[in-house]
Amino acid sequence: METSAILFYTIATIMIVFSLLAVTASKILRAAVFLLFALGGTAGIYFMVDYFFLAAVQLIVYAGGIVVLIIFSILLTSHIEEKMQKPDIWKIILTSIIGFAGATMSIHVITNHVFTPHADTGVVASMDVIGEKLMNYGDSGYVLPFEVISILLLAAMVGAIVVAKRNKPGSND
Amino acid sequence: MIEQVPLNHALIVTTMMFFIGVYGFLTRKNLITMLISIELMLNAVNLNFVFFDKYLYPGTLEGHFFSLFIIAIAAAEAAVAIAIFINLYRNIRSIDVEEVDKMKY
Repeated sequence: METSAILFYTIATIMIVFSLLAVTASKILRAAVFLLFALGGTAGIYFMVDYFFLAAVQLIVYAGGIVVLIIFSILLTSHIEEKMQKPDIWKIILTSIIGFAGATMSIHVITNHVFTPHADTGVVASMDVIGEKLMNYGDSGYVLPFEVISILLLAAMVGAIVVAKRNKPGSND
Repeated sequence: MIEQVPLNHALIVTTMMFFIGVYGFLTRKNLITMLISIELMLNAVNLNFVFFDKYLYPGTLEGHFFSLFIIAIAAAEAAVAIAIFINLYRNIRSIDVEEVDKMKY
């Protein structure tokens, strides 16, 4: 077995184990830390397929931004040592059945379909290629979603500040 | 990695990750842990886009940019969601889904 295959299966195992732990951990802060490991494994896979920019964005935005935000909100809203109550057993069984059914159906389709991978390795996703595509308004350019995303981020930022702002004492709003 | 790992195996990994997220979303009662499950699902979808791009359509980088935009949207979504959680906690001292019915009436 090639080294990169071994690396891929190792990272995949780590990702699945930590995802499982993230949805079953009884302490909420631990769930957030397990999520961090699952997202880090994803960044590792992006590195393996040579998408370095995407891997860096994954590490910065997910691991550096979203997980830190989640941890902050956990510290603001619950005790660290507080244990969450377990969901009742029927709910676990029913949801596991739903999850297994969906997963087996998808995996059945995936394993029975014959994919024919493209022969050439394609373009290298270097920084200048990415920058040109993001600012290109011709064919296969992404300037419109880029601008829409920037407006969305601005709106989300303003909205988050307005929603989370503490009202002044005495005002009814 | 493309030569050594078949696309089927890569897609099985993302499928399992996605349905683990679904399981977490349906069983958890704390809003923050539900948000964690949503992030897991979004992450699995991102990986799927990247695998399809890299294996089947190299040269266009379409899946790469889809993943990039999904990450940006996930960040915006997490920020707004956590603002709502903090406001909820301030008002009803709980972020349990079963107690959140303030907007119902």
